[in-house]
Amino acid sequence: MSAPLIETRGLGMRFGGVQAVRDVDFTLAERELRCLIGPNGAGKSTFFKMLTGQLRPTSGHVLFRGQDISRAEPHQIARRGIGLKTQAPSVFEGLTVRENLWLSAARVSRGREAKRRVDEMLERIGLGEIASRIVGQLAHGQRQWVELGVVLSTDPDLVLLDEPAAGMTDKEAQRTVDLVREINKTKALIVVEHDMQFIMKIASRVTVFNQGAVLVEDDVKAIMRNPTVRDVYLGKQAVAA
Amino acid sequence: MSGRVANIVGLVVAGVVGLAVLFLGPQWFELDTVLNITVYMIMAVLALSLALIWGYGGILCFGQSAFFGLGAYTYAIAMFNLGDSTLPLALSIAVPAAFAALLGYFIFYGRISDVYLGVITLTVTLILFNSINSTAGPEFHIGVARLGGFNGIPGIPPLNMPFNKDWQVDLNGMFYLSTGSLIVVYFGLRALLASRFGRIVVGIRENERRAELLGYDPRAYKLATFTIGAALAGYAGCLFANWGAFVSPTIFGLAQSAQIIIWVIVGGRGTLIGPILGCIGIQWLTAALGANAPAATGGWAGLLGNAPLILGAILTVFVLVVPKGFVPTLADLGSRFSRPREVSA
Repeated sequence: MSAPLIETRGLGMRFGGVQAVRDVDFTLAERELRCLIGPNGAGKSTFFKMLTGQLRPTSGHVLFRGQDISRAEPHQIARRGIGLKTQAPSVFEGLTVRENLWLSAARVSRGREAKRRVDEMLERIGLGEIASRIVGQLAHGQRQWVELGVVLSTDPDLVLLDEPAAGMTDKEAQRTVDLVREINKTKALIVVEHDMQFIMKIASRVTVFNQGAVLVEDDVKAIMRNPTVRDVYLGKQAVAA
Repeated sequence: MSGRVANIVGLVVAGVVGLAVLFLGPQWFELDTVLNITVYMIMAVLALSLALIWGYGGILCFGQSAFFGLGAYTYAIAMFNLGDSTLPLALSIAVPAAFAALLGYFIFYGRISDVYLGVITLTVTLILFNSINSTAGPEFHIGVARLGGFNGIPGIPPLNMPFNKDWQVDLNGMFYLSTGSLIVVYFGLRALLASRFGRIVVGIRENERRAELLGYDPRAYKLATFTIGAALAGYAGCLFANWGAFVSPTIFGLAQSAQIIIWVIVGGRGTLIGPILGCIGIQWLTAALGANAPAATGGWAGLLGNAPLILGAILTVFVLVVPKGFVPTLADLGSRFSRPREVSA
């Protein structure tokens, strides 16, 4: 296997008396697709925040292509090639879909090239018809897509998706599955998702978080059969379903 | 595309009205009206400086009058010392800009939140007010310029053609200069906001965290916006010092700071034409109310002549009923009647 794209060593985050993430060693190869699952409060979102510089880890390190980025600012990390789609769509609410995508494309290209990227992305995420609509007025599912487009327009090497299919219809979720697969042809992804159906469809290795630590890491089928995972996570979901 | 059409129509109307006032003003009006319009134009430049910082940059600065006052004092002090206005004019822009850059550096890079930014800028303004206020004695001077404390600095020499002390700007000249400045600043800001920089600044206002996650450093963009706004306010201060040939510490006062914010609220944040209209309209109204009712008038006339009361009522009504301000509300109404749902400013 080649050198890892991103790697964490003993990564930990403590908020006052609460250890939200503890001692996480995590490795992702170039163009790998990894799913993160775990019950609420398992530390998945905190983990994403540390990877993107929104939180400074209280212990351990994050290495991106061998460089320590644990103390870097969020914009510096973004410029190295990490893009994050947050759980609740984080978009430029008062601007149009086109302007949203332009702000992203303009970070990596100028003038006509930026415009061309925007048109290309509108086509790719299928939002051409609502390009002039104000994003704040769109439905939740559409805003999820806008955010995906915004994240992809900077052309990051590592795409972090925090519950990309949340609040989507089955049809929209299927489109997201297709898009994730397409992205994965050229880029690495880490996907946090609760929906096991979704995870089965993108079929990949899964890392299970529990109480701030990595519980187990394995192939998706093995994870489904794992009794400990069933206990802490899937069992509850199965009962709920 | 109706947004783009409205945009172009807006630009043309603003240009035509601006040029009409510029070229016809002194022919149409009496001298005292020309003087009044001159100060409206100067204040409109000041209103635009906050329109940029707050309306587009999302930075609620209570200290715009600090930069305005610094510009005015810098011009006055430099003018008494140098005699030729070329350098004083440049300093009246550079000193407030440098001051804002320093203050802004600590605010933005210290990641101080919006509320504290308001408190800090307000405090800085009041500190300047109190400091300058207590410089009455003859020991307080910079070069040959005495600061004069509460009495201010009278008899400030007027601007002259660059490097030509004998060609001074007269009253009509001040009118042309102020009106021309407003037009140039307005179109300059339009161009700035249409540029890559301007669009990113608006993006940061809309969602700072998202902009950061895309790789923009919001601190740098905010600092640049803050500094440009301060430079404009400083320039307005220089014009103001010329207009009355006088500056006093009240220029830093709470009333002055509040006024600028009221102009922008009434006219509408997120537009440039709104704060210009808000500024001119409110100043005109204040003058008209004051003229109608001499200080001792009682009854209804006295009530209607009470400018602070009327202005307070206007502000309250706008905040409660028209929170977006005059121009954006008008634009909303306009787009409701024309079919496509697009927003223009």
